[in-house]
Amino acid sequence: MLLVFEQLLNGLQLGVTLFLLSAGLTLIFGIMQVINLAHGSFYMIGAYVAATVTAYTGSFLLGLAVALPVTALIGMLVEMSMLRRLYHKEHVDQVLATFGLIMFFNELTRIIWGRQPLFMDVPAWLSGSIELIPGIPYPTYRLAVIGVGLLVALFLYLMFAYTRIGMQIRAGASNREMAAALGINIKRLYTLVFGLGTLLAGLAGVMAGPILAVEAGMGESILILTFVVIVIGGIGSVRGAFVGALLVGMVDTLGRAFLPLFFRLVFPAATADGAAASIASMLIYLLMAAILIWRPRGLLPAHS
Amino acid sequence: MLLLISATLLLLLLPTLLGWLGEEYLISLASRILIYALVAVSLDLMLGFGGMVSLGHAAFFGIGAYVVAIFTHHSFDGSPVLSWPFVLPGLDGALVLWPLAILVSALLAAIIGALSLRTSGMHFIMITLAFAQMLFFFFVSLEAYGGDDGLSLFARNRFPGLDLSDDTHFYYLCLAVLGIFLLIAYRLVSSRFGMVIRGSRDNEKRMQALGFPTFRYKLACFVIAGAAAGLAGALIANHTEYVSPGLMHWTHSGVILVMVLLGGSGTLFGPVLGAATFLILEEVLAIYTEHWMLYLGPALILVALFARHGIYGILTGRERNNV
Repeated sequence: MLLVFEQLLNGLQLGVTLFLLSAGLTLIFGIMQVINLAHGSFYMIGAYVAATVTAYTGSFLLGLAVALPVTALIGMLVEMSMLRRLYHKEHVDQVLATFGLIMFFNELTRIIWGRQPLFMDVPAWLSGSIELIPGIPYPTYRLAVIGVGLLVALFLYLMFAYTRIGMQIRAGASNREMAAALGINIKRLYTLVFGLGTLLAGLAGVMAGPILAVEAGMGESILILTFVVIVIGGIGSVRGAFVGALLVGMVDTLGRAFLPLFFRLVFPAATADGAAASIASMLIYLLMAAILIWRPRGLLPAHS
Repeated sequence: MLLLISATLLLLLLPTLLGWLGEEYLISLASRILIYALVAVSLDLMLGFGGMVSLGHAAFFGIGAYVVAIFTHHSFDGSPVLSWPFVLPGLDGALVLWPLAILVSALLAAIIGALSLRTSGMHFIMITLAFAQMLFFFFVSLEAYGGDDGLSLFARNRFPGLDLSDDTHFYYLCLAVLGIFLLIAYRLVSSRFGMVIRGSRDNEKRMQALGFPTFRYKLACFVIAGAAAGLAGALIANHTEYVSPGLMHWTHSGVILVMVLLGGSGTLFGPVLGAATFLILEEVLAIYTEHWMLYLGPALILVALFARHGIYGILTGRERNNV
């Protein structure tokens, strides 16, 4: 029971991290119709900038405060200088260009920060643990990550539902020609959406910094999980991204934790652990395949 | 045509030429280029001719390599690959093992293709990517065969009449395989099958209205490409005498895609040129700077923005020609 509760929280934490990444990316896919492989690079940039600033100043909050605008700014610069020219090209060209972007950013971070991974400390005021349920301590920092993720989800919901810019983004997502005809500055809207997406990716990177090692290429492994989330949720749908992210986070974490236990009931221990590890690592992809057969456009498609 | 003949002659005489120059070690690089050319051409069948942008092609490449490595490993050990439900012994004869690698890759391509082709466009890219990554993680977790560290072969496979451990013999075998596959691919894309594939790339709805079951044609194309990638994988396992899950990682799929687009998609010789350019560039740039990716990245962006038809398009000055 103790373990179940802890793993549920771990799954929730992975889920909200994936949500931060996929919320922005699903909008970029949905609104601009551009396939962007370089989203993980902004996650990496966020983590590196925050780690550096935190190491110099000793303040995690200052690291966060610098990393977010820097990531968003780099994102908007990339959009204005390069991505903008790709909107009307074929998907292959977008794949090629953004793959080139990944190579560039990875190598740049290797030049600036070296090949050794950086490690970020959990800030003192978030270290230690809290007993949510008496007798079950859970690290405060991870709880903070969950809290921030849920707050961002709430913020995005309020923004899309009640603000003018949110309305414009929704309009752009469902019909960009019509939105442009009604006088929305589509060019500026695209830049803003891209900036928002990279800001959220940077935030995810900063939050992951103290949990994982900060290193070149850290964005590539999480990018694929983000894609799985987007496919499950439906391209262009932020609500879908939320549901998909929590689903993927839970299934992945719980699968890795409990599949070996279930398998041990049936098979001898050695075979059970090997088989369970293999299947647990494939579980979310099998989930994706199943949802794809059931609903090819995702669970909550943006415009059905 | 003249260009083709002189290129073929150059490739045939390459080992002798390198022997004169005293640069025999480059034979190994040449074989590597031929193998990557094979996998790039197979991807181009789908991507350039069929309009299916797969970012998971390295999965089939890796599967082919793993089939060869696993059977060769057991053959050396003397242990069976499977002992239940039937006994499957290890193998190291190329004439049995390589077709087996092709078969396994083709079967996998049939399953992954049938699922992925339910979608198109952006979905298709992400789903092929995700399935390839699934196989990557499967092999990472497969401790019996080295997991993350990969698996070494003790020797190259046996091939009747050839000594594959001799780099020159191996080079000629790779050259023959690539030549035969290019011939098959040429016949394929100019056949009725190829017309339907190209037709559904340009306008799938119209092809369906004409009564063609485009799904089946595209799936067949996917399986052929996967099978050829499996053969290339069997060759690369023998070439490096080592396999690792890295062969299937999605960035490796990306590299193969880069080769196709760099050379020129929708052509048969473009991917060959692309593979050669990429691998030679990698070798040369690595001499001058360890940070060669810093330059390659922006170069790819420029190719995507301005050189739609790749090197082949620049060389021939032609728009995408259909063969």
